[in-house]
Amino acid sequence: MSEARNVGILIIGGGPAGLSAAVSAYEAGARDILILEREETLGGILKQCIHSGFGLHRFGEELTGPEYAHRYIQKVLEYKIPYLLNTMVTGLAADKTVTAVNSEDGIFEIKAKAVILAMGCRERSRGALNIPGTRPAGIYTAGTAQKYVNLMGYMPGKEVVILGSGDIGLIMARRMTLEGAKVKLCCDILPVPGGLPRNIEQCLNDFGIPLRLSCTVSEIHGRDRITGVTLVSVDENRKPIPGSEEYVSCDTLLLSCGLIPENELSRGAGIEIDPKTSGPVTDENLQTSIEGVFACGNVHHVHGLVDDVSIQADIAGKAAAQYVGA
Amino acid sequence: MFDAVIIGAGVCGALIARTLTEYGQKVCILEKAGDVAMGTTKANSAIVHAGFDAKPGTLKAKLNVKGSEMMEGFCRSLGVKYSPIGALVVGFNDGDRRTLETLLARGVENGVKELRILEGEELKEIEPNLGEQVCCALYAPSSAIVCPYELCIAAAGNAMDNGAELRLNFMVKTIEKDGEGFVVSDGNESVRGHVVINCAGVHSAEIAGLVGDNSFTITPRKGEYMLLDKECGSLVSHTVFRCPSAMGKGILVSPTVDGNLLLGPTAVNIEDMEDFSVSAEGIAAVRESAAQQVKGIAFNKVIASFAGLRSVGSTGDFILNEPVKGFINVAAIESPGLSSAPAIAEYVREMLAADGVKLEKRADFVSERRSVHYYKTLSTEEKNALIAEHPEYGHIICRCETVSEGEILEALRRNPRPTDVDGVKRRTRATMGRCQGGFCTPYIVELLAKELGSDCTEVTKFGGDSHIIIEKTKVTE
Repeated sequence: MSEARNVGILIIGGGPAGLSAAVSAYEAGARDILILEREETLGGILKQCIHSGFGLHRFGEELTGPEYAHRYIQKVLEYKIPYLLNTMVTGLAADKTVTAVNSEDGIFEIKAKAVILAMGCRERSRGALNIPGTRPAGIYTAGTAQKYVNLMGYMPGKEVVILGSGDIGLIMARRMTLEGAKVKLCCDILPVPGGLPRNIEQCLNDFGIPLRLSCTVSEIHGRDRITGVTLVSVDENRKPIPGSEEYVSCDTLLLSCGLIPENELSRGAGIEIDPKTSGPVTDENLQTSIEGVFACGNVHHVHGLVDDVSIQADIAGKAAAQYVGA
Repeated sequence: MFDAVIIGAGVCGALIARTLTEYGQKVCILEKAGDVAMGTTKANSAIVHAGFDAKPGTLKAKLNVKGSEMMEGFCRSLGVKYSPIGALVVGFNDGDRRTLETLLARGVENGVKELRILEGEELKEIEPNLGEQVCCALYAPSSAIVCPYELCIAAAGNAMDNGAELRLNFMVKTIEKDGEGFVVSDGNESVRGHVVINCAGVHSAEIAGLVGDNSFTITPRKGEYMLLDKECGSLVSHTVFRCPSAMGKGILVSPTVDGNLLLGPTAVNIEDMEDFSVSAEGIAAVRESAAQQVKGIAFNKVIASFAGLRSVGSTGDFILNEPVKGFINVAAIESPGLSSAPAIAEYVREMLAADGVKLEKRADFVSERRSVHYYKTLSTEEKNALIAEHPEYGHIICRCETVSEGEILEALRRNPRPTDVDGVKRRTRATMGRCQGGFCTPYIVELLAKELGSDCTEVTKFGGDSHIIIEKTKVTE
């Protein structure tokens, strides 16, 4: 491996948090910045969020996800902030040496003065939810289904049950309906919906999709492809109420049951993690337990709105710029 | 005309195919599923047992001890992960302690080396996270862990590289005696062989019935498991069993060769040979037992729950016989079947030799097979040289398990070629990590479609109707 190259501020992740942090670091005077992004374009999960509702707080207007990302990407291009795409960070050391890999440069190291963690989060999977039953095809996290439909142009199924009333699930209820699927219902084990009230209204109520609260999937049926689920009502302790079981046929189960900050790199570096948020413990400047390593966006804690991610990332970007003496 | 037709591409079928190919036999493996390793082989405890459980004098006892001695060498030449971590059978009271002493005596009689009973500080020292109520343990240093489906894939692949044939999606319906041999048919196609070897797992009694052998039955015994994030893999450094019962070796807590933590299995006899479902009760039972054996298990770090079926025979022992001349049963291979598999392959070879089949070791047999995880073992310099030549190795597809496009393409182009997403998973570990394929499945679907020359809508999770996507959203032509 060739000698590690040096960078002032290294940003891990080119989604909304990374982009916003890069722009704010630049605007605070930093010039030696590098963004590492694992996917083929900048923008992160916003790329597949083709619905509107982004930017009301940040820009005072309603944008789609790609438009919102575009605002920041334009700034990155305008400021000529360097970025590497298709580049996966595989290691972060406590001395802020980052190991990454891509097809062009192979495996390489970068020694950074400051690192901004902006890796985002992942969705809770069927395995993590421990739903009993068979293990057929046709079970997707809502975000994966969103990728199939919005980015790849494929329908994962036609008769849909959604478990969990998180925003991505609600958005996908509407999206699948518009693409011709029958969304039978959305259920949530909690007595209150997880997503924003506007999404309940616009994505479920407007399409006549029932929302069943205090209700969960107790069993998955089907050998090859899912053929149905058993729904069960739960009491105030989230325990199934015997006799309340109901079979609902479907060919698709979408899961929108929570997001988990992706802190494997942070843990590898020995950064202290807050068990409540599953994100790094940070000070008011979003500096983690390692000096010069900052965290923002959904890797820090799961945010409801991308506007809030940007606002938080601004702080991290600015603090990192100050840290490197820009 | 094949020399040998093997029914079932599980670990026994694959290892027998490899051994017979090595001895100059023209072998054809028939498998009803769309990939090898799809039955008992893909979901079990992945333990190479030391051999103290089986009753002395049984085939189980004999082949377990011999098989586990052979296993490391097999794994080395086939490039399969194997880790001799040792096992502890933990006891909670005086009754358990007596059971452990019985096991110890039995192990000694079976020829298991270095067994001893540990207590107190010594026990705590070698395994600090044992449950508070654990008071003693039988220590078996020769116990090991292995990846069973990797072993099966590697053995089948190696046999194929040396000339064996594999027919997937071939569900045997009839076996007819035909002059010197047999005609094995799925109703459409047929394969002829001098010898037929029945390695059909939970279906082996049905297959034996096709030649009129109704001397045994098979009961599928379901075992449910939970697999935890790699973060938890170092909680214990040995396989931690509890005292065995009539239904099996009980629930274990063990690291896997890939660094996860495995909990399970339950043991429930069922009727349906294809029922791999998990239940709330099963998972609760696994939790309860595991938590008594080992403290500090982070149950919120479960990444997958699954079930496997043991192939429990009516005779109490492995069934290795020849009810009709030229038709060999390799049936009722329940635990310690995986441990015994290398010795079972040898045993079958000896049976054929005794029948007068000419078996000579081939000089041109290539016994080595490069690990599917070869890339991971390279130095950074070697990886970079490979990436420079084949840039796909620098393109990470599965972020949780750090699997590159190059590794996936390599798996797609090697024997036995995977044809679905789970086939790619078992070969490369892509989709097997903490996000369970949430991020990488779409890429793998595209790679599979391209490699198979099909459309993404035709790609399945595990064959049959397990399609991942149904249709295109909008036709824009």
